Amino acid sequence: MSTLHTVNKSAFERNSLDTCLSVCKTDGSVLLIEDAVVSALQDTGISAKIEKAVDSGIKFFALREDLEARGLPEQRVLDKITLVDYSGFVDLVTKNDRVQNWL
Amino acid sequence: MSDTKTFVYINRKAPYGSVYALESLEVVLIGAAFEQDVKLVFMDDGVFQLTKGQNPSGIGMKNFSKTYAALGDYDVNQIYVDEDSLKERGLTLDDLQPLVYEDEDDDWAEKDSIKLVTREQISDVIESADVLLNF
Repeated sequence: MSTLHTVNKSAFERNSLDTCLSVCKTDGSVLLIEDAVVSALQDTGISAKIEKAVDSGIKFFALREDLEARGLPEQRVLDKITLVDYSGFVDLVTKNDRVQNWL
Repeated sequence: MSDTKTFVYINRKAPYGSVYALESLEVVLIGAAFEQDVKLVFMDDGVFQLTKGQNPSGIGMKNFSKTYAALGDYDVNQIYVDEDSLKERGLTLDDLQPLVYEDEDDDWAEKDSIKLVTREQISDVIESADVLLNF
């Protein structure tokens, strides 16, 4: 039984990602969408937090279309984050038992 | 009953500044009529929804905080409040309005609906959900 967590707000502005990580099980997945994709970049104040979560077992994803929309190139995204497109988003939803949207 | 599902409502926003808190309460009350297993989580600024002594008359809004007291009558009695969120905001259980229900399996004894929980316990509440609703 696994849970997909989606986060849609920048971790520089809101605590949604922190709260998400504080309750996410190590077999869970986190998908960054909308403004939250800014949290996916390398060398930010948030990078280490995400890398630590991935090392604990959590799978991290970011929505490609939202990165593209904001002019954020794929090469700047943390290596430990997997990019998915909208159909990949759907796959994640179907592969997990439930979806928790951190507003 | 196989068609009973566990509904978990997660509340993370303070009341009055946005419509989330009121909308959540309304959805919970509507959902309660369908006799499902209902759990409410209050965390982050959502813990402010349950403070005692709210009086929004000065800002021209309705004091819907009194409605939480009715939840027990609708069999909504699994209310989880995140201890860390309270602490971070300088609040304790005493700052929250008491929410109770009458336990029909225990000679209608009055019991507390609010349970203070850790993030790990909240994690388990989320994993118990068939349906997750966020406000």
